[in-house]
Parts: sequence; C-alpha cells; structure tokens
Amino acid sequence: MIETPVLERVLSEALRNGGEFAEIFAEDKVNSSAMLDDGRVEELSSGRDRGAGIRVVSGETTGFAHTADLTERGLMRAAEAASAVARSGGGGTRTVSSGALTGSASPSMDGRATPTTGSKADALELLQRADEAARASGAGISQVQAGFGTSTRRVLIANSEGLLAGDEAARTRFSVSCVALGDTGMQTGYETAARTLGFELFDEVSVEELARTAAAQALAKLAARPAPSGELPVVLAGGSGGILFHEACGHGLEADHIVKNASVYTGKVGQQVASTLVTLVDDGTIGSEWGTFGVDDEGRPAQRNVLIQDGILTDYLWDYLRARKEGRLSSGNGRRQSYRDLPMVRMTNTFLLPGTDDADEIVAQTQRGVYVAKLGGGQVNTTTGDFVFGTTMAYLIEDGVITEPLRDANLIGNGPEILQRIDAVATDFSMTPGTCGKDGQSVPVGCGQATMRLSGVTIGGTAE
Amino acid sequence: MSTTTEETNTAGRASAGDPEALLALAERVAGWARSGEEMEVYVARGTETEVRAYEGEVESLTSATSAGIGIRVIVDHRLGFAWAGSLDESVLGETLAEARDNAVFATADEHVQLAVPDGVAAVPIDLWDERLESVPTTRKIELALALEAQARGADPRIRQVSSADYGDVAAESALVSTTGIRSSTRKTSGYLSVGVIAGEGDASQTGGGFSVGRGFDGLDPERATTDAVSRAVRLLGAVKGPSGRSTIVFDRRMATTLLSIVSSALSGEAVAKGRSIFAGRVGEQVGHPGLTLVDDPTDPRAYGAAAYDSEGLACRRNALIEGGVLRGFLYDTVSGSRSGVASTGSAVRGGYAGTPGPGCRALTLAPGPEGYDEDGVLAAVGEGLFVQSMTGVHSGVNPISGDFSVGAEGLMIRDGKLAEPVREITVASTLQRMLLSLVAVGADVEWLPGIAAGQTLAIGDMQISGV
Repeated sequence: MIETPVLERVLSEALRNGGEFAEIFAEDKVNSSAMLDDGRVEELSSGRDRGAGIRVVSGETTGFAHTADLTERGLMRAAEAASAVARSGGGGTRTVSSGALTGSASPSMDGRATPTTGSKADALELLQRADEAARASGAGISQVQAGFGTSTRRVLIANSEGLLAGDEAARTRFSVSCVALGDTGMQTGYETAARTLGFELFDEVSVEELARTAAAQALAKLAARPAPSGELPVVLAGGSGGILFHEACGHGLEADHIVKNASVYTGKVGQQVASTLVTLVDDGTIGSEWGTFGVDDEGRPAQRNVLIQDGILTDYLWDYLRARKEGRLSSGNGRRQSYRDLPMVRMTNTFLLPGTDDADEIVAQTQRGVYVAKLGGGQVNTTTGDFVFGTTMAYLIEDGVITEPLRDANLIGNGPEILQRIDAVATDFSMTPGTCGKDGQSVPVGCGQATMRLSGVTIGGTAE
Repeated sequence: MSTTTEETNTAGRASAGDPEALLALAERVAGWARSGEEMEVYVARGTETEVRAYEGEVESLTSATSAGIGIRVIVDHRLGFAWAGSLDESVLGETLAEARDNAVFATADEHVQLAVPDGVAAVPIDLWDERLESVPTTRKIELALALEAQARGADPRIRQVSSADYGDVAAESALVSTTGIRSSTRKTSGYLSVGVIAGEGDASQTGGGFSVGRGFDGLDPERATTDAVSRAVRLLGAVKGPSGRSTIVFDRRMATTLLSIVSSALSGEAVAKGRSIFAGRVGEQVGHPGLTLVDDPTDPRAYGAAAYDSEGLACRRNALIEGGVLRGFLYDTVSGSRSGVASTGSAVRGGYAGTPGPGCRALTLAPGPEGYDEDGVLAAVGEGLFVQSMTGVHSGVNPISGDFSVGAEGLMIRDGKLAEPVREITVASTLQRMLLSLVAVGADVEWLPGIAAGQTLAIGDMQISGV
C-alpha cells in the first residue's frame, strides 16, 4: 500500500514537533453486498474505502488525523495535522531514520488459505435458495429478507518504535430474517452465519438450514405467550449465550474502562469474581471465527488471553496506549472500525470454556425456569455492572421439560452477581458471531459457551 | 505493496461551504449516463473536529476531512449501486462501472425508479453557521477542558469524569439525477458531551449530559454538566425495584428514543413489505385520542431539519397520527410507487455509502391541553416510575411484533414528586398497547439529537420486572 521509505518520512514528519510515539494505520477495504427482499433482488452494492489514520502521542495527549489520500503528500498533510497536539509539548524533534522499520507489511497467512470470491451470480443463487427454503417452511411465513455481504480488508501498520506489520482478511456473512403472520399478529426470526473467510463460508454453512432455522423461530413465536416478569432460573443454550459474558464482564475487563476507574472490576485481579465453573478466554487466533485476525489494528499479533480462571480474575484486555501506561505489553486487543477511528481496547472471540455437565440433564434438573435458545444482543454499564441481554427465541421450562415458546424480552442483571450464580456448565460448546459497538465504533466479534444455567436472573416480560 | 500514484483531487480540495463545486462534480458524473440509463449521483464532503479532555489535559484531538460518492444506476428497471470513500478522479469512473455491473444482476421491478421533481418548493432553512470555520482549534480545546473541569468540580460526589468531549461537523452534499433532480444541502453542528461517575461508599452511578447547536457559539458547558451531574447523583443509593404494574413517565431524552422506535413502523417501505404493525390500518384508531404525531423537517428548530430529502425532493410536513387515528405513512419514490402514492419527500440515507429509503427526520407529538412541563406530568401521574435511562433497546424491542422490554434506571414517583432511585429493572409492554395507554404528553418540547423531539411522556399500565 505504501512503500517503507515513505512510511519512515511520514513518521518523522509526525514527530517533527515532539511527541513520543507516532503511528500510521493504512487500510484498503473492498465491500460487496446483495439483498433479496420481498421476493426480489433489490440491491447489489459495491464499495471501496481506502485511507490512512495517523496518530501522535505526546504525554497524555493523542493527536489524530485521517486522510483518503495515500500519496506521500496526503500522508504528510495528515501527519502535520496529527502532530499539532505536540506543538506546545516540547521534548524536541525526533526522527525515524531510514531503515528503522523492521518486520513486514505482508500478512503472514499462517496456514490460512487465501480467500476465494464467488461471482455476483453465485451470491444471488444463494439468496434465492434461502428465500425458497424459508418460504417452504410454512404457510405462515409472510416475508423473507436474505442478505449476503463480503469484504476484503488489507491493513498496514508502521510506528516510530520500528514496528511494521500488515494483515489481510476476508469476512463473509449471510443472514436470513423472516416474518410470520398469524392470528396473534406478526413475529420474527433471524439467523446469521459469519466467518473470517471468503466464499469458503458456504462449504461450512448451508443457507437453506439458516433459512429454515429463522423461519422456524418466527413460526414458533406465533404461539408464544408473554415472557414471565421477575426472577427465575435461566438455562442458556450453547452459542449465543456467550453474549452474557461479553456484557456481564467482557466490556468491564477492557483496560480503558479500568484505568479510568469506570468498571466494577477495577482492582479485582486475583479475586474471586465468578463461580468456580467460570474460565473465560478471549482469543483472536482461533480458526476462522468472526473475531479472528492475524495482527490487531496496532500491529500486535492476535493472542489467547485467559481473563478468568476457575472464577478468579487473572487479567484485563489491553491496547498499546493503556498497556504503555502500566509498563506492560498490549494483549493484542487494540482494534478500530476503520482508518477514520482511533484504536480502543476491544474483545475478539470471547468464550467460556466448556464444563462437565450434560446439557439435557441441566434442563431436566430445572423445575421451573426459562430456556433461552437464542439471544439477540445486550448492553452493559461497565461502571455499575448492570447489564441486559435480549432473547429472540426462548421457552418456558416446566417440571424439567421445555414447553411453551415465549415472546421476546430483555433479561437484566448485575455482572459480578450473575457470574456467581452460574451453577452448571455443559460440554456442548459452540460459537456465534456478533457485531460489538463501543463509543460509536463497530467491530466483528465472536461469543461462545456451552449450555449453562443461572440460578436466578430477572426476566423482563409482561406476564404478571 | 506498491506506492500509490499521484492523483489529482480537485473536488476534494474545494473550499468548505462551497456547494457549487460539489454540484458541478455531481452534474459532471451524471452527464456520463448512457442512453437508456437513469442515474443518480450523490456526493458528500465533511470536516470534523473532536476534542476529548481527561483530568485537565487533552486526551485526544481528532481533525479530519472526508468525502465520498454514491451512484445509483437503473437500466431496464434494474437497480445497481456503488460507492467510494473518495472523490478522486480515478475513483469516479470505477464506481460508476461497478454500479452499472451491479444493475445487471438485480430483479427487474417497475417500481424501481428515481425521484422526479414534483413541483413542491423547498422551505428555505439555513443550517450553516459561517462562523464555525473560523473558530481556532485552541478555543475548541479550551471549551473541552472547561467542560471537564466544571464537571469535576460540580459536586463533591463526582468521582470521575469518564468523558468530556467537544465536537463539530460541517457537512455538505449534492444530488443530481438524469430525471431532473438537482439539489444541494449544507449543515453545521456542534456539541458538548460529558459523562460522569458519582460515588458514595461502594456505590457508583453514571450520568451523561450534552449541549448541541448549529456551531460553536451557544454551546453551554454548564447545561451539559448540570444535566450529567444531577442524573448521576440522584441515582446514588438506587436499589433494585419491585415488580408490578405501573404508570411510567419517560423523560424527554427517553421519549425521543420511544418515538424513534415507533417511526420504523411508519415507514412506507415497512408497510408495503408487511413489516409494520400499522399495515392496512389507515383510518383506524391506533392510539389514545390524545395522540397526534407529525413529522416536520421544515421546522428549523428540529435537529433533523432539512430543506431537501435524500432524493432531492423538498421536505414537507406529514401528519401521521391525528387524535389517535392513523393518517398515513412516509414514502420515498420507490415505496410510494409500490403503494400507488407519491413520495412524501421522506427519503433518508446513511451518507454516500447507503441507498435512500423512507424515514422520519423530525417527529413531534402535539402537547396535551394542560401544557405540562416535567413537574406537571409527575404531579398529574401521582404514583409511578420516572425513567431517565434505558438499555437494550436494540435487544429487547421488536418493532415488527411490537414486543417492548428494556432495562431501566430512574426514580419512583410518590405524591406527584420524584422519590427514591431504582436500578436493575425492566419495563415492558407492547408498542400497540403503549400507544393506546398514553396518559400525558408534555409541552416541554426540546429538540435533541435524533429524529424526534424530546417531551416528557407518561404511559400507563406497563409491567416493571425487578425483585
């Protein structure tokens, strides 16, 4: 994307007014998407986004500028703008000498296959197949929307400490959303598959199966009764239940919240923060999961970080800036939505390690409660630890048996309290993709866990 | 990787606040349309500054310009779209070629068409603050630092100012089509936003506040701080509240969120595709007789005010619900054609990377006859729950089924006044039932960021879930 001597000259320009650290993050992203809705291929869209963000750190202050102009002249202008914060700082001029950058901007693919791209016609055929499968699921299906999106993102990171790194990743997702219409009104079902892969996604995923799952959800909910109101035991099926950990503690373990004393987990390393059944890992290296990458958006290789071991908090998640303050290394969690954004501490693939219980037994041993087959999302206030997570497919458990479907509702709890209430974890582990939003930036993440039970959590339904 | 070749970037360097240069660019690209091809070119450019202060210093200073283009091409009733985050000459041709290629694959659909001028004159609205461009960065930094200092010193119980931001944006766009559309818009905005953490003993609570305006002048750190601090401090000591049925008073900010949710069901596209709770119900009583809802982007006070919609038609006032009776929906050209009606001038789009669709810009409810402010609504309600923040709106509200369940924080209402704080509860109902259970609409209209006005709202018979 940019030749090394240019990078060195731009980094020198960025530090011309002083400052301790300068970095160039360049990105070239190509998107294409297609949408089938109401039985028609309504929209094919292609997009190209290319540019660079330059930051300069001077004391406690970060200067940032970005440009879509990747010529040396464009980069120099951005470097000058970013360096403005150092103008008052003193500390003298620093230069990044020729040959200072070591490493390679070429991504190390580490056995990852170069992603393949399907043709537009291939994508449309998948959309048609999903539409047909959903509509064939039942006469109650009144509307189907199927979406395909794929992107290839190349990044290059160079900094004044001599780092030069690059990454390339393809990400592909396919989603189906259905509306079912019955006497009780409309209900919805949604299913998505997303991997850090190209068209290989469809070697692993059947679009018909996704469509049938989404349709089945919508149809089942036509007969749903209002969700209960109040505290009950809750069994979370493997996969999307991982959203619980993402919200209940994942965000609270991000070091930017910790250093600002804006997390309930501040100062708790070494303490018991969860049931002994909880070992929580954040791992950006695994397979082709949605939150996987080669290097993070600060050039650090992805790594596996154990956050909670047998209920004891072992570490937080770190990016360059917060780690530097503590005199340690980043944990490979510095990520950004695009070159237009500053990096922040972000999760990658966050999951609970499987336990030893049997999933069916967990349900059988629950007298009365709620079985959550699928969660749709959640939100947390890291300072108080209060968080919500919403069901998109849930059922009542009566006398140890899964019975009637329930209408959508949020569940609410407090992170540190809920983590103590995990009293069973099964072996049937699976992962689910998601989009994590923080401070206006969205990044792809994975969540995962095996079937597990919370001894009690508040369900926000309308049934009295 | 190779070095990028030198490129000219004339449009990208035209001076800010010069819509003619953008219009000329859009016109030039639209001129590349071949015969038998309809084409719409949308170009946008913006500059922004953001300053974040922390503990008396600048934590970050971002200054940026961005520009991009989005092109829709229709050939034989097939639509193709492509966009690029750049206005470089080399990119323009590539983007058009991609849009043309995409059109080959879409389903032919007679309703797929571009807007045609409809003779409705745009209401002139000036949303551009000339003075913003000349405000030096140092003054913006000073304002962010002042905001942070004020928040830190506002109350002894403030333990931390987690964020204190100044931001401004100047955005321009131009739209030209082969069907005769030629429009341009420009808009500036500025904001202060502050987040605080209040603490007492082991307990911490958070609050946020802001001040928004068309530019730098008039931004009020005092207002942002007072709001953030009072929200955090009054929640100290909050415990999980009891379950039960209750009347809920939503504060002005929460009311903006509620109206935004309802707005998705008023989209003509959702109606045409059978995804709206209001489909087929025009002329029916869908809400309490006291419910009158209007979308009026021509009101210059509205945050979402605009002269032109995202297809280049004049924005106009559209009555949606009157006296609880559903009057109609919002349409863009395509959804209107699908429903056999004209566009209501309600196309919106998410910048150059998105295609237009119908949506609200400036929803407002007619205030109740009593002219209540917040205190008036509280007094009228007597007993209930006042909600000042909601979480999980994206995860617990389903605008298609109408199911509504959100996390909430706030204060109990006793004897018509705010009483003890509560947290970690949910409030739930269905959107259909909420519209019918309206108890009061405040006259305390405040235009907040978003697509709807803020005004205190009371809704009866909602379920609280707690202990």
